[in-house]
Amino acid sequence: MKNIPISAMIGLFFTGIYFLMAIFAPWIAPYGMAEIVGDVWEPSSSEFLLGTDSIGRDLLSRMIYGGQTTIFIATAATILSFTLGSIMGFFAAVSGGWVDQVLSRFVDLIMSIPSLIFALVVLSVMPTTVPILIILMGLLDSTRVYRLARAVAVDITVMDYVEAARLRGEKIGWIIFRETLPNALSPLVAEMGLRFIFAVLFVSTLSFLGLGVQPPQADWGGIVKENKEGINYGIQAALYPAYAIATLCISINLVADWILNRTTSLKGGRG
Amino acid sequence: MTEPLLKVRGLKIGATAYPPGEKPVAIKIVHGVDFDLEAGKVLGLIGESGAGKSTIGLAAMAYGRGGVEITGGEVWVNGRDILKENLRSLRRLRGAEVTYVSQSAAASFNPAKKIMEQVTEAAIFQNKFSKAEAEARAVELFAKLGLPDPENIGNRYPHQVSGGQLQRCMTALALCPEPDLVVFDEPTTALDVTTQIDVLAAIKEAIAATGVAALYITHDLAVVAQVSDHIMVLQQGDMVEYGTVDQIINNPKEDYTKALVSVRSINHEEKTPTDTPVLRVENVTARYKGTNFDVLKNINVDIHSGQTLAIVGESGSGKSTLARVITGLLPPSDGQITFDGRVLSPDLATRPIEDLREMQMIYQMADTAMNPRQTVGTIIGRPLEFYFGLKGKAKQKRIQELLDEIELGDGFQDRYPAELSGGQKQRVCIARALAAKPKLIICDEVTSALDPLVADGILKLLLNLQKIEDVAYLFITHDLATVRAIADSIAVMYQGKVVRYGPKSQVLAPPFDDYTDLLLSSVPEMKIGWLEETIEHRRMESAGN
Repeated sequence: MKNIPISAMIGLFFTGIYFLMAIFAPWIAPYGMAEIVGDVWEPSSSEFLLGTDSIGRDLLSRMIYGGQTTIFIATAATILSFTLGSIMGFFAAVSGGWVDQVLSRFVDLIMSIPSLIFALVVLSVMPTTVPILIILMGLLDSTRVYRLARAVAVDITVMDYVEAARLRGEKIGWIIFRETLPNALSPLVAEMGLRFIFAVLFVSTLSFLGLGVQPPQADWGGIVKENKEGINYGIQAALYPAYAIATLCISINLVADWILNRTTSLKGGRG
Repeated sequence: MTEPLLKVRGLKIGATAYPPGEKPVAIKIVHGVDFDLEAGKVLGLIGESGAGKSTIGLAAMAYGRGGVEITGGEVWVNGRDILKENLRSLRRLRGAEVTYVSQSAAASFNPAKKIMEQVTEAAIFQNKFSKAEAEARAVELFAKLGLPDPENIGNRYPHQVSGGQLQRCMTALALCPEPDLVVFDEPTTALDVTTQIDVLAAIKEAIAATGVAALYITHDLAVVAQVSDHIMVLQQGDMVEYGTVDQIINNPKEDYTKALVSVRSINHEEKTPTDTPVLRVENVTARYKGTNFDVLKNINVDIHSGQTLAIVGESGSGKSTLARVITGLLPPSDGQITFDGRVLSPDLATRPIEDLREMQMIYQMADTAMNPRQTVGTIIGRPLEFYFGLKGKAKQKRIQELLDEIELGDGFQDRYPAELSGGQKQRVCIARALAAKPKLIICDEVTSALDPLVADGILKLLLNLQKIEDVAYLFITHDLATVRAIADSIAVMYQGKVVRYGPKSQVLAPPFDDYTDLLLSSVPEMKIGWLEETIEHRRMESAGN
């Protein structure tokens, strides 16, 4: 652990803080999530570190609980999209032929519809619960991951070692998980950092539009929506989630960069 | 004594390596080399890959490629130390006094410009000639280099001429500005032998006719013996031996040079065919999907158990396609393949696992034949686990046995392919094939990417293993020296057909058919004057017809 570069240290530190806050939210937050504790838009004070929101709830507590919701949804959606997208992408590349054609054209079809519009349409007819949000975002994002995974795998499956595995009589599972996946890991890890951030932005957007996380449950997009009127009066409340998203974004990508650097080494990372 | 054209003193060259995820490391490529080259003479630089040949060649233009830096010494060209010159005066030097011919002409020409434009570019840019003069000179050079239709070939685009012709165009490009020195960097390595001889003869004649001096870089001693006056042998950035061609070829002093001169002197006794072949290819015709051209036409060959069949031919003759058909990667459109008495299913997917196990393959590029994310232990262990269900200790023990068999020994199981040398990689691939206890191993150009001495080691290992394991080899190669060294029978392929097939002693003995004659006589021999003899012989033959 000695030679972690400084950028990765910074990234790890902030990412760690955000995730710890998300996990231990009920113990850290000074007040309850939906508890009305003060006046409307009180300025920051020793009692309310970030002040209060549009109906007098403690903003710091809202931010911490909101982070929990946002990070949980984004993480779950990213895991879902990566598992699904990369396995389908590898499967298409390794199988080739009509399997590849059918899957790829289907993905093209989904991708041709702007994902926000698609999500809004689905959410307007489905109940907006957290599981539905996760599944919807995961499925939509998996098309992007599929594209990348397939493109990377197509380059790998023409290598002689994959041909050697086929000649040995290996089943498709071995070819996907043992021959292709380890060699496709680097671009996928880099993509994962980005996709996680897109998931954070996406769920925030949906909440801002009122079709994401439903009140009184807090999430970063929702906090912006609830406090957006305050901007007219010079009240910062709506900007805190933006700062949070920006710092999380950057720190996650610093970590992703570092992991990427380590996985590119062909000596098993032992130098 | 007159000052030599090129004088190199204490040349030191280094580079910085950037291993991923680690701190940059400074490495030394050339540690202090001295030599002289007089006007009109040819110096051959020879050595294995990594010896620093190309790096020294480029240093004659004061150029370091991709992060390579000249760290010390002097390079005098025409009485000036060019390492002290600035970029501006170096531009006057490069392309006017010193020019360069690279290994791959196809990658060096701009595909979007006509050949003439590119050949005359440097001469016009350097104000050596006017456009008309340069073009007249180019046509003259095209004719000297034996290119067809010298008047008009310059109007073609690079993709409209063959590889050998393009290499000659590149030589014309280098000679066009009337330089004092040309650096030839492996100009014939990427060509087929039958093409190589023509290009070699053309280069030699052009050098003689223009009186230019040349540095000729190659890893093939037999080639350099044909064109050079002096030879310098390099090993890992150090000069091993320097002498006249005659001295190096006929009377080498250093052990390393002796090894290079005597390479491929393996003596292999031809075995007599058995009654039942292990693999019989009958009337096989094949084409790739979506084409209407048969890549293989009615192929019939047998491979006998414990023996080696060599398939020889130029690139594009269908050698590798035959391997793909035998392994089932490309089902033939006609004919059948019998393996160990059973008719093989044409498609890989429907073959029983025993058939797959008994036929293994070794590839040309060991780099891409091994998964870079698997350790040597995993790579060799997988067939053991997959075919024989070996696990734990038993598997470990067998892996170590195999590593011993390929002469690698302890400490390799946990290494990744990136931590092995080229020869070691190929050995691991051989071990992986052996692990399956096959009856037949298909070797697709297994030594082509290796340096001659390393390749020699691999061939000896393969012969040795054949004795121990009684395995048959289907040996695909374009290198006749390799064939002589290890084959029991030979099939010569040309344009998808087997034009000559039989035991080695018969195939390599006259009377020859035209193609085999051409192929055999094109392989450079380590003999001074071989090129002239062969060309003269061919001239007389064609005059006689």
